[in-house]
Amino acid sequence: MPWDRNQIAARAAQELQDGWYVNLGIGIPTLVANYIPEGISVTLQSENGMLGMGPFPYEGEEDPDLINAGKQTITELPQTAYFDSAQSFAMIRGGKIAMAILGAMEVAENGDLANWMIPGKLVKGMGGAMDLVAGVGRVVVVMDHTSKHGESKVLKSCTLPLTGKGVVSRIITNLGVLDVVPGGLKLVELADGVTEAELRAATEATLVN
Amino acid sequence: MKKVYPDAAAALDGLLFDGMFIAAGGFGLGGIPELLIAALREAGTRNLTVASNNAGVDGFGLGVLLESRQVKKMISSYVGENAEFMRQYLSGELELEFNPQGTLAERMRAGGAGIPGFYTATGVGTVIAEGKEVKSFNGRDYVLETGIVADLSIVKAWKADPSGNLVFRKTARNFNPPAATCGKVCVAEVEEIVPLGALDPDSIHLPGIYVHRIVQGAHEKRIEQRTVRPRA
Repeated sequence: MPWDRNQIAARAAQELQDGWYVNLGIGIPTLVANYIPEGISVTLQSENGMLGMGPFPYEGEEDPDLINAGKQTITELPQTAYFDSAQSFAMIRGGKIAMAILGAMEVAENGDLANWMIPGKLVKGMGGAMDLVAGVGRVVVVMDHTSKHGESKVLKSCTLPLTGKGVVSRIITNLGVLDVVPGGLKLVELADGVTEAELRAATEATLVN
Repeated sequence: MKKVYPDAAAALDGLLFDGMFIAAGGFGLGGIPELLIAALREAGTRNLTVASNNAGVDGFGLGVLLESRQVKKMISSYVGENAEFMRQYLSGELELEFNPQGTLAERMRAGGAGIPGFYTATGVGTVIAEGKEVKSFNGRDYVLETGIVADLSIVKAWKADPSGNLVFRKTARNFNPPAATCGKVCVAEVEEIVPLGALDPDSIHLPGIYVHRIVQGAHEKRIEQRTVRPRA
């Protein structure tokens, strides 16, 4: 069985190291916060201006002045700090955030990432994703390996407009874990019950040993 | 010179003209200058270029100025929550300049700080860098982005004193300070104007030098995504 969304998030949480400041994107990346390993302390940054993001509030305690980058109501923690958007992206651009875990529409074997627009169709915008991939120490992508139509999203080269060029270090999908290395992608780990042949069949990108 | 005005319309009086460039604070619907947006709608000023991280939602925030066709161009990083926006953009009625979120914030900060341009690695190798100067520093490429100077800044804060010193609350601070600094004139709406001396001078988020007019009013503060957890 391939991993489900929560299992992908749980696997991504294994990437975290004690003391890190981390930014989690919207979607599966948000779920990573539920699986931070015991004994590991990480501080979550929300790029709208907060370090030390807490869980969702109890019903009735929502505060319109306290939201995350996905515009969801959240809570603060004893170590929370607030700041403006220029300061927020200064710490991102300045390399102070150790890791970003982001979703993707497409990722390529050279580390290119596309996750912000489908020309003529979907006009949403890149938000903070371009700044994050250019600025943080390490970019990990979490995504489904294939589209709803069964087409590989792990490609030789991206077809959609890029979010960043050569920015992805590791890809965690429902089928397994891949690293971007010279010449292509290297298989690091298979999801439980997934065979290497199944992963290869779902991957357009070059796999190297 | 008195900075405190009785209402949002009075606070904008004499500042508005067709074709003007406005920088607005806010992130999603958090910390948006909702009273000043409503007053802009009433004033009917047209052909606006608006730099704002988001474009509101249908019927609230900057969405109301889109519905009334007062906006010619948006400079934003994310507009995914607004169906009317998407309709006008895809039909060619509305111009859109996407800026990465941090680039937009820094363009405002730089414009307000007298810095006409800066180099950033954000967007290198993407459509964002097309037509812009790219320069290598220490072996890495950076793209030249320009500072923004707007005709008018509209921002929302939690508290002000009569001298224009502002304090924001939690994540409602967001783009408001950089947006405030980049306007030739800045109008701030607040939930409460407190007497001089009531704000701790060590805890002021934006000094009054950047703020020219202030108006106090009641805010709806709509929540965009209400997410909660069950009580244990």
